[in-house]
Amino acid sequence: MTPPLKLSRRGFMAGLGAGLVVVMTPGVAGADEPSGRAGTVPPPEKKLSDGLAPHVLIHIALDGTTTIVCHRSEMGQGIRSSLPVLIGDEIGADPSRVVVPQADGDKKYGDQNTDGSSSIRKQYDDYRKAGAATRMMLIAAAAKRWKVKPETCTTENHFVIHLPTKRTVPFADVVADAAKLPVPKQDIVLRPIAELKRVADDHLPLIDGTAYVMGTAQFGADIRFPDMLVAVIARPPVVGGRLVKYDATPALAVSGVKKLVDMPTPKPPWLFQPWGGVAIVADNTWAALKGRAALKVTWDHGPNAIYNSDAFREQLLASVRAPGTKYRDLGDIDAAFAKAAKTVEAEYVVPHLSQNPMEPLVAVARFDDGRVEVWAPTQNPQQNRTDVAKLLGLTEEKVTIHVTFLGGGFGRKSKSDFVVEAAYLAKEIGGGRAVRVQWTREDDLQHGYYNAVNAQRLRAALDEGGVVMAWHHRTAFTPIGSTFDVSIDTPAADDLQQGVTDVALAAPNVRAEACRAEVHTRIGWYRSVYNIFHAFAVGSFIDEIAHARGADPRQVWLDVIGPARKLSLAELGIPKLPNYGEKLDKHPVDAGRLRNVIERVTEMSNWSTRKGRMLGLAAHRSFVAYTAVVISVVPDPVRVFRIDETWISMDAGMVINKDRVHAQLQGGLVMGISNALYGGVTMTNGATDQTNFRDARVARMRDVPRRIHTDIVASNEAPCGVGEPPVPPVSAALANAIFALTKKRLREIPFAKALHT
Amino acid sequence: MKVKINGVEKSLDVDPEMPLLWALRDVLGLTGTKYGCGEALCGACTVHLDGHAVRSCVTPMRRVDGHAVTTIEGLSPDGSHPLQEAWLEVRTPQCGFCQTGQIMTAAALLAIKPKPTDADIDQSMAGNICRCGTYPRIRAAIKKAAGIDGGDQ
Repeated sequence: MTPPLKLSRRGFMAGLGAGLVVVMTPGVAGADEPSGRAGTVPPPEKKLSDGLAPHVLIHIALDGTTTIVCHRSEMGQGIRSSLPVLIGDEIGADPSRVVVPQADGDKKYGDQNTDGSSSIRKQYDDYRKAGAATRMMLIAAAAKRWKVKPETCTTENHFVIHLPTKRTVPFADVVADAAKLPVPKQDIVLRPIAELKRVADDHLPLIDGTAYVMGTAQFGADIRFPDMLVAVIARPPVVGGRLVKYDATPALAVSGVKKLVDMPTPKPPWLFQPWGGVAIVADNTWAALKGRAALKVTWDHGPNAIYNSDAFREQLLASVRAPGTKYRDLGDIDAAFAKAAKTVEAEYVVPHLSQNPMEPLVAVARFDDGRVEVWAPTQNPQQNRTDVAKLLGLTEEKVTIHVTFLGGGFGRKSKSDFVVEAAYLAKEIGGGRAVRVQWTREDDLQHGYYNAVNAQRLRAALDEGGVVMAWHHRTAFTPIGSTFDVSIDTPAADDLQQGVTDVALAAPNVRAEACRAEVHTRIGWYRSVYNIFHAFAVGSFIDEIAHARGADPRQVWLDVIGPARKLSLAELGIPKLPNYGEKLDKHPVDAGRLRNVIERVTEMSNWSTRKGRMLGLAAHRSFVAYTAVVISVVPDPVRVFRIDETWISMDAGMVINKDRVHAQLQGGLVMGISNALYGGVTMTNGATDQTNFRDARVARMRDVPRRIHTDIVASNEAPCGVGEPPVPPVSAALANAIFALTKKRLREIPFAKALHT
Repeated sequence: MKVKINGVEKSLDVDPEMPLLWALRDVLGLTGTKYGCGEALCGACTVHLDGHAVRSCVTPMRRVDGHAVTTIEGLSPDGSHPLQEAWLEVRTPQCGFCQTGQIMTAAALLAIKPKPTDADIDQSMAGNICRCGTYPRIRAAIKKAAGIDGGDQ
């Protein structure tokens, strides 16, 4: 864990990222510019003048220009359009005077791992305190000059204002004085939330919008240098496989191919190591690709060549048909099942899923004079720095990681493998010559850190009145821990918090067990991770209980969750809950908030008066936020069904940028639909079957309903996660809607396989 | 070979089999056109060839010789194309990566069908993937640019 952000005068400028500075001045279209000309290479680090720098993220120059560093990666979640808004509101800044450079990877920024829906959730208090301290220093300087009490002043629109006399002074005129004052450490006074003016705006603009629509935003592959080389790598098709031999001659015969470089062979555990293989280094991407196609390689596939998805599916199902390790235990489920009036049972299967960000992995690096500099679309620049330093045998001070825009990440770009490859090749090439390691779509699919493959078995004991008296949940999936420790082959408590041990249940008898799932590939996280399959199974199963009872699913959801209350660990039947790193008193398991989003989403969708409409409902708590979804399907002559309308409601506590949260709700719905309909990476003899978007299908325009209604619960509660929580309930809501329409129960993802669409 | 790129005649000495995408990106430095799949499956590389939307990742340079190519950099000098403006008003982009390809496909649609129906949009945009799921706002932005109802999100 990295330390929390600290208020400090020091260290503001060193390492301010060069990677994104160019996007601050969009308008350089680059049209008709020859390779390597200005405008295509990021400018060097800018030195800021003296001024006020009370925090590592904040600097106000003597002319008032305010710099708010974005130290988290922008991958579509909108952090660059959100974090500066919150800090700027606390300062009282004029947004037109604020610039937002992107930070390099550096421990001084605290946690930069843009993952786990945590950028606002975990650092919200720090951001506000940093902005407030800045404001207090500006006010203190102005108050001293005016000989008035600081409490009688405020800031707005880049001015300090003395409220009784309406006197004003621009920030620029007090910055030099403010910079001489001590940075307040205690008694930092936050603004009332009602005074956060831009936070209240429903339609905040996108800070990088113009750069996006003009094509000037620099993603990983857009970093260019004169004489830059391009490499593609032939990697072992099976995890743990290795290069035996290759014939370099046909590859070197391709015009433009310069050299071949053997990549270091990784040893287990895989961690974030590159895969090994051989790199084809060329003048341009096309030559490198042709060189790789010409290369003839012999691989030793290693022990994971036994991995076949069909057989493994059977193993997982066998695993959940036997007892596992108990992680949740409340009451006596055996006694409850023995006297049940009715028992409901079902098994669910979800395959490996691949993140498939639109931008395939890529990184640019150059090595000179014992130092390496990398530009990459990375979610985790500090980890990259550590991993590059380790492989290259450098101290971290000799490694610079610049963060470009990310063309999507979804967890894949949290891993360092692609970044380390570029750094390694840059060192092999040397002389400061830049090299871009370009992954193809095929590479991205074949050399993934896949979401875990899963099977689950759920059982419920109902009494005569249909009340759920016992709940029994078994889950088997390949845990991410295996990527870091080869001995791990069974999920643990930290894994089960995602939709097993944290599920609010009214049932007095509950048992949840983790079952074995040995690992034969690299497992990583993908937007909402294990919640994807747990929410699918639990959300489908509650609907199955409703139909077994002949009751309305909405009512059964509310019954199964039980009355509004905050569940204690004792009531959950668990000794502890990791709770996404949050304390339970701050972020409890709150059945009331889950019920509320169910009530809101069913009201929005006119659930109780739906008549002939075929609706499916599901809800889920993840990343301490609460989300509920209703999906409507209609018959389709060709594709069995079509989604015609969806509703989604989320309680994520206080939100900073409502428009970006609505966008996350829309996007999460689409990704959930995509996972449910088409998701799935399968293995034959250890190698991934899917090659490109033709067989690794994802949602397209026509799969997405024309009417999507998004709802954010207005709240001043502590911010929760936003990026991931919209995804989990979607697949169950869709399965439940399809059941309403067709009476066909889909218990396995992807649905398209069973529906033949 | 000779190609008119964004209105300017260019003389290029490249492998005639090199896809237009890599000539644009690696040789000409026009990086607004994106690589997403290399097989005309995702649309991120969409440009206009003589006014028609094509996937530059599967368009060899020999087919481009003597023709006119427009990329996102040439769609407007200042981001003032109605689609670019509508895209910002609706706040369509999330990560932004696929958006230039989406805009180029939509621009080709509006050029032949200034008032597209939802079905037209489905059909024309079917080849452009967005993993962030901005599809609802892409549809809204196209409608806004076309001045038809439903252009708000």
